[in-house]
Amino acid sequence: MQKLVVIGAGMATGRLLEHLFEADPAAYEVTVFNAEPRGNYNRIMLSPVLSGEKSYAEIVTHDDAWYTANKVTCRFGERVVAIDRDRKVVTGERGEVPYDKLVFGTGSDPFIVPCPGHDLDGVVAYRDLDHTNRMVESAAMPGARAVVIGGGLLGLEAAAGLRLRGMEVTVLHLSGHLMDRQLDPAASYLLQKDLERRGIAVMTQASTKAIHGDGHVAHVELEDGTELPADLVVMAVGIRPSARLAREAGLEVGRAILVDAQMRTSDPDVFAVGECVEYAGHLFGLVAPLYDQAKVLAKTLLDEEDAFAVREVSTKLKVTGCDLFSAGDFAEGEGREDIVFRDPSRGVYKRLVIEADRLVGAVMYGDTADGNWFFGLIKDGTDISEMRESLIFGPAYQGGAAQDPLAAVAALPADAEICGCNGVCKGRIVEAVEGGATTLDAVRAETKASGSCGTCAGLVEQIMSVTLGDDFVLPAAKPVCPCTDLTHEDVRRLIKARELKSQPAVWQELGWNTPNGCHVCRPAVNYYLLADWPLDYRDDPQSRFVNERNHANIQKDGTYSVMPRMWGGITTPDELRAIADAADKYGVPTVKVTGGQRIDLLGVPKEQLPAIWGDLNAAGLVSGHAYTKGLRTVKTCVGTDWCRFGTQDSTGLGVKLEKMLWGSWTPHKVKLAVSGCPRNCAEATCKDIGIICVDSGYEIGVGGAAGMDLKPTEPLVKVVTEAEVFEWVVAFMQLYREHAKYLDRPYKWLAKVSLDWVRETLADPAERAALNERFAISQSVYQYDPWKEHTAAEQERRYQPLADLTLEAAE
Amino acid sequence: MNWIDIGALDDVPLRGARLVKTHAGCVAIFRTGEAEVYATSNTCLHRGGPLSEGIVHDRKVTCPLHNYVYSLETGEVVGPDAGRIATYPIRVEDGRLLLDGDAVGKRSAA
Repeated sequence: MQKLVVIGAGMATGRLLEHLFEADPAAYEVTVFNAEPRGNYNRIMLSPVLSGEKSYAEIVTHDDAWYTANKVTCRFGERVVAIDRDRKVVTGERGEVPYDKLVFGTGSDPFIVPCPGHDLDGVVAYRDLDHTNRMVESAAMPGARAVVIGGGLLGLEAAAGLRLRGMEVTVLHLSGHLMDRQLDPAASYLLQKDLERRGIAVMTQASTKAIHGDGHVAHVELEDGTELPADLVVMAVGIRPSARLAREAGLEVGRAILVDAQMRTSDPDVFAVGECVEYAGHLFGLVAPLYDQAKVLAKTLLDEEDAFAVREVSTKLKVTGCDLFSAGDFAEGEGREDIVFRDPSRGVYKRLVIEADRLVGAVMYGDTADGNWFFGLIKDGTDISEMRESLIFGPAYQGGAAQDPLAAVAALPADAEICGCNGVCKGRIVEAVEGGATTLDAVRAETKASGSCGTCAGLVEQIMSVTLGDDFVLPAAKPVCPCTDLTHEDVRRLIKARELKSQPAVWQELGWNTPNGCHVCRPAVNYYLLADWPLDYRDDPQSRFVNERNHANIQKDGTYSVMPRMWGGITTPDELRAIADAADKYGVPTVKVTGGQRIDLLGVPKEQLPAIWGDLNAAGLVSGHAYTKGLRTVKTCVGTDWCRFGTQDSTGLGVKLEKMLWGSWTPHKVKLAVSGCPRNCAEATCKDIGIICVDSGYEIGVGGAAGMDLKPTEPLVKVVTEAEVFEWVVAFMQLYREHAKYLDRPYKWLAKVSLDWVRETLADPAERAALNERFAISQSVYQYDPWKEHTAAEQERRYQPLADLTLEAAE
Repeated sequence: MNWIDIGALDDVPLRGARLVKTHAGCVAIFRTGEAEVYATSNTCLHRGGPLSEGIVHDRKVTCPLHNYVYSLETGEVVGPDAGRIATYPIRVEDGRLLLDGDAVGKRSAA
């Protein structure tokens, strides 16, 4: 067996070893050196790890078991110090290893702007897990501020991740617009707006002069004199191929290690793949060509013919909610024409660049569904003169009427690229499916399609659907959590069908693999049980998130906020006096008027909660449930009481609705509003349920959102009387309570079951009556003031320490 | 060992926790089973979240602020993050909770 030594456990060498072991597991005895103290993981997915959407464990591509199974000697956490090509020996920090064949996969080093202060503590690059962990650590400091230098792909992913972790983030970009290598200024403008909407500050044409601080970074100084306070500075300005070791070993090196199309360096027994490679004047940073190289090198090492070729690559940004796509060349130039589509209110922009009847570039923002189709046209150099008129509308509009998305997928040619990261075309996926791969996981295992950044998973499923026809069942949604393989929908269905009425019954009967769940499934199961069996099941405070257990919202310093209900946003001088007295008596640091038309008292320690609630109760105020997945507020305008435009008693209606719905638990929080006329002063059209009063009655809208997503309500029904409003609103609430997945707001639930289905269900008067009746049963149990209950002595004790040993005399 | 009676077992709800103030700082008392209890530092290593307010599952607790998970047996962070919080000897006798006073007192002197 020949000895193969690989320097660097990255995505390219990982893929190389996979191909090698797959083709001939007995060909080589492999040793892998890696400077990082771990094996290969999916570096593309560091951004979701940074933002907290994924854990490190989820992005590991080759675990210890894999290396063991393939008999790889792992020298992780060990740097290679020298290579002696005459003796064919690699020298690591802990000793020598001889080789027959040697592979460089040394990757690249982040480029650090050599400004004064770049070596201060708190200045990090964004390249590997250690960097990511340091950024997560910095983000943990309350009120921490980050400056990200570099507004390219990596910098923006870093910025978005840090922002999601709660940091104040500013992005500095040297050029005039973000991602200037992938986007034109118009698309970049939309991107910048989206980022700013998330609270990320963007400064373009910003040149860093120096980083200041005493040991640790304190602020960043720009050339124009601006000073930005910072606890963390992330350098994401680019990468440099890591070729020092190769140069010292006497290999030919240009900007990176020079290789031929077989990935061979100037030494016939030494090869290189990945970001450390220069081939025909090209350097490589995206994963797709790296994987191509890995495939070629595997063949070369097994003495098979293959040659690497540079191909077009497309780009996507992995920032949840920012949809952008760019491919090809979109610079303006002689003989080039643009086709542009803009829909500013939807934030959609598409630009196609055409030269000599061929598509040469495409930039899309906001709606990137057709990206792969355009990318195919660019790669193939298809003559587009025939379809030019409707080209920008995508494949669905070619050749007649609009088609459904499946038809568009069916129309793609076999060589249309589906997975850009892994270079998998439609034909390869169809082949795998016809060969028996009938699940997404199976297709992924066989073709690698959707295995890296994952954005093409939906497309792969559509191809499977087209190929398998009726045999294809869309894969089940994600399990609730690692405690079970069942989805939320399964659990809800089984709780009803098998009449499971306790949490232990759910864990046992449905085969939970943990003794009593976890923080993810426990609150969900607790909700499903109390929603389905209000009379049989008792709410379990130990399965509640802290806010719902303590009936107050925990704040970042461990104190709580207290918010009494103000029915329909109406209050009285007596109530206000009671609130003011309580704020004085308990030294409440912050009194805030909220967007839900009530008053929040922030900064109350847990021990004082029962006492302050008792005082507020005495003035007739009850819990506002501002902490629950339940009814929050009903916002109103003054309606016919005062307003000269009011058409109905919107205030009265809001108060009645709130008195009817308060106390109910729901899958997620529910907010209502009632506006007295279409001028909509109560902002009813972005609420979960919003009512607009008109002369002839009431328009009930549902499924609005004004949080992470912004979405107007859609009309549910128009009714004439207040009684009908109550009947419909309660029926809608109960339908949502009985069917939605825990933590889905109504708009998310509606997107799954469709508004049409809800309308159809509620159109039946008998169904509405039954839903109203079930809601009333639930309210008979759950409509009570928890504050009142918890000021009682036996409950009040819960809010005090079990014991205070500091009061006893010290020894 | 210097066992101090800190209260009744039933004062701590099953799969719940209570707080004890000590010279070594706040200690969280967790009840993971009918008569199974653990005592650890109340303070999450991440942002100081009060662990006694977390959801208790198996022999673990999840911090209520940002979902760090700790093993109550070792005090180690479970999962990709790393770190360890202090744990303290505690036992149940005749329905009473006994905490080791030396363990929670000594640390204050250090």
